[in-house]
Amino acid sequence: MKFKTENIIKSGFGVLAFSSLLFLFGITVILFKEGLPIFKYVKLFELIGGKLWYPTYDPPDFGILPLILGTFWVTIGAMLIAVPLGIGSALYLHEIAGYRERAILKPVIELLAGIPSIVYGFFGMVILAPFLQRLLNIPIGLCLFTASFILGIMAVPTVSSLAEDALDYVPKSFREASFALGANRWQTLVKVVIPAAGSGISTAIILGVSRIVGETMTVLMVAGGAAVIPKSLFEPVRPMTATIAAEMGEAVVGSAHYHDLFGIGLILFLITLIFNMIAEMIGRRYRLKLGHGR
Amino acid sequence: MHNNIRMRAENVDFYYSEKKTLHQITLPIYKNKVTSIIGPSGCGKSTFIRLLNRMNDLIPNTRLEGRIFLDDQNIYEPDVDVVNIRRKVGMVFQKPNPFPKSIYDNLSYGLKINGANDKHFIEDRVITSLQEAALWDEVKDRLSENALKLSGGQQQRLCIARCLSVQPEVILFDEPCASLDPISTRCIEELIEKLKENYTIVIVTHNMQQAARVSDYTAFFYIGKLIEFDITEKIFTVPKDKRTEEYVTGKFG
Amino acid sequence: MKRSTLSQGIGFTFLYLSMIIALISVGAILFFITKNGIKIISWEFLTGVPRRAMTQGGIAPALVGTFYLIIGAILFALPFGVAGAVFLTEYSPNSVVVNIIRMSINNLAGVPSVVFGLFGLSIFVRFFGFGVSILSGSLTLGIMILPGIISASQEALIAVPQSMREASLALGATQWQTIRKIVIPSALSGIFTGVILSVGRAAGETAPILFTAATFYTRGFPDSIFSEVMALPYHIYALMTEGTHPEEQTLIAYGSALVLLLLVLMISGLAIYLRQRQRRYKLA
Repeated sequence: MKFKTENIIKSGFGVLAFSSLLFLFGITVILFKEGLPIFKYVKLFELIGGKLWYPTYDPPDFGILPLILGTFWVTIGAMLIAVPLGIGSALYLHEIAGYRERAILKPVIELLAGIPSIVYGFFGMVILAPFLQRLLNIPIGLCLFTASFILGIMAVPTVSSLAEDALDYVPKSFREASFALGANRWQTLVKVVIPAAGSGISTAIILGVSRIVGETMTVLMVAGGAAVIPKSLFEPVRPMTATIAAEMGEAVVGSAHYHDLFGIGLILFLITLIFNMIAEMIGRRYRLKLGHGR
Repeated sequence: MHNNIRMRAENVDFYYSEKKTLHQITLPIYKNKVTSIIGPSGCGKSTFIRLLNRMNDLIPNTRLEGRIFLDDQNIYEPDVDVVNIRRKVGMVFQKPNPFPKSIYDNLSYGLKINGANDKHFIEDRVITSLQEAALWDEVKDRLSENALKLSGGQQQRLCIARCLSVQPEVILFDEPCASLDPISTRCIEELIEKLKENYTIVIVTHNMQQAARVSDYTAFFYIGKLIEFDITEKIFTVPKDKRTEEYVTGKFG
Repeated sequence: MKRSTLSQGIGFTFLYLSMIIALISVGAILFFITKNGIKIISWEFLTGVPRRAMTQGGIAPALVGTFYLIIGAILFALPFGVAGAVFLTEYSPNSVVVNIIRMSINNLAGVPSVVFGLFGLSIFVRFFGFGVSILSGSLTLGIMILPGIISASQEALIAVPQSMREASLALGATQWQTIRKIVIPSALSGIFTGVILSVGRAAGETAPILFTAATFYTRGFPDSIFSEVMALPYHIYALMTEGTHPEEQTLIAYGSALVLLLLVLMISGLAIYLRQRQRRYKLA
């Protein structure tokens, strides 16, 4: 009797646990169902390779190449800032900072990682953009450069925490062995710790990229919003996330525009999915390599 | 089955994944006696005692072949209610593991989960168990205090009391003094001697003197095999196997 | 000076600088928002409703809306999250099934927030017909914070010593009794911390509620779970992009941003503080 109830409870928990899988599956299905009908209007090549995005014109143009490139360049720019600063600060925190310094800085970094993106976006719009416009003497402050800059700063705490986790996995004995051979701390760091943590750090970078690609509000407010292929750092762009956020409110349900926006969502989803899978694979192998099960 | 045998292992093999850690163990546990299991670390003694109340069920990828009887019932039959087995075969662990609750709640927990709801009955059992475990005098004025505030030795006696509260028939002690000081150890050994009047006891220990002091029967395990089983006195004075002799005289282990 | 000592000096300086630059940039953001936002914050700003085409008045409806959305998201995500974590840590037979669930949780955690918004729009707003409402927004946010709640709960459950489970089972408790009476109570503070952290995240999210719950302006407060709501983060966005009086509205946006920032920092600060205390307690 007890036996049976136990099994029922266990299955109940199993079903609830499956909800995550169900939601992920649901998201995939919805994106395909709502996104695929766009191919009634355009071919795949015209969609992805098309250089013109005028979804509400007559006749409309559904080329999302400008949006993809917008996301691409903003992400590259942001990573140029986030990777050195994030990993540098993680190394500082983990390898150099004293115990007390660490006890203060670590929670501060965690706290900063929680600042909402809308706040960054707002700051970028009202302070940073006008400031850069004056400083660099450029026509518009809301541009690729500003968006990359603010996104990069925003991603620093994330990359930093993830990289620090990776450093945590490097066994103390590695460092001790190096010190015992007469290496100083910098040599130990460069020759032993960083190579050992290498794939863990690359996981941090990949997850950072995935986060930036999916970031919406900041680029919506700061990137300028012009759906054209940028020719310089100081031109406005319209990344994929910003396009969805800005246009979904006005798209007529069931129209080509509507399906196109879902199609962009699908592409975004697949990109981040692939990045996450890669990160997970590297991460798992990394932990095994350093002798941590699970 | 012989009527003074309480439990009996028959040809027990045990596997962690594919690694065989116990080989053909056959061992009787006599009623109202203390049986100790000794042997060097890694010999499988802890693994074995945890088979007697199916505690190893919790470890994934393990497998048992052979049979273990409690009275006339093979406790590894598929339709056996493992909860019922564990109610009858209690266990005290290596490290004291009181729940992070009050002393009283630690004792009443086992009773409540087994369906007791009469307040007086529960109170009675709590007091009796604490008395049996020789802890009552030390804690009677602080039953609502958190059990983690007790000393290590007191915590272990609390765990013994907790085990007694549900009135098991067999009690398994898995190196109960491993983390205790000599005075607490002595106290628990005395307790074990008293308990055998009412309970059947199995104790795993790496301390040979302890086995000699408290047990009636002794089993010597070595690399997953039962080398020798006999009356304790014989094991320590006239062992039959050379390896037993070397171990009990301190040549290895 | 030895060459190796010199390179160490240069290297350490670089690392130190990267830390400083990171802190200064974020510090600058906090500084400017505080400096400008503090001018407008008053009791009236927090408790009043917007007036005169959003150029005056307060942000109370947005605060209330955000509060409702968070409560709804937690109510939805908590049972799923804790149950999922219990299944994975307590019942997990380390099987293929469990690995698939674990993988989907990790991937769900990486889905861009705007994609959650699309999902919510298609499923809750349209398919279930909840419309643009508190309900749709809460469910969307709930799914988004689910992975966080699961991981936090898992961490808390794993931290419960195995010996507690063994002690309970050895007394003849069933697995469910052990989970309910020993494991979950011991993990409760950790689960609670995870929930607070998720609340902090949900409070600041904008993209998932863009098309599922949020609206620029409501007359007064929402009266049912099927009402559209104003929400604090969306309010900032809307003031900056749909406003007609940039000067006054930027000031209100500053105030809203400061309130949101304080709210989120307080909530996650509390969670981080609690977590550190729990960890220290465990080590002791």
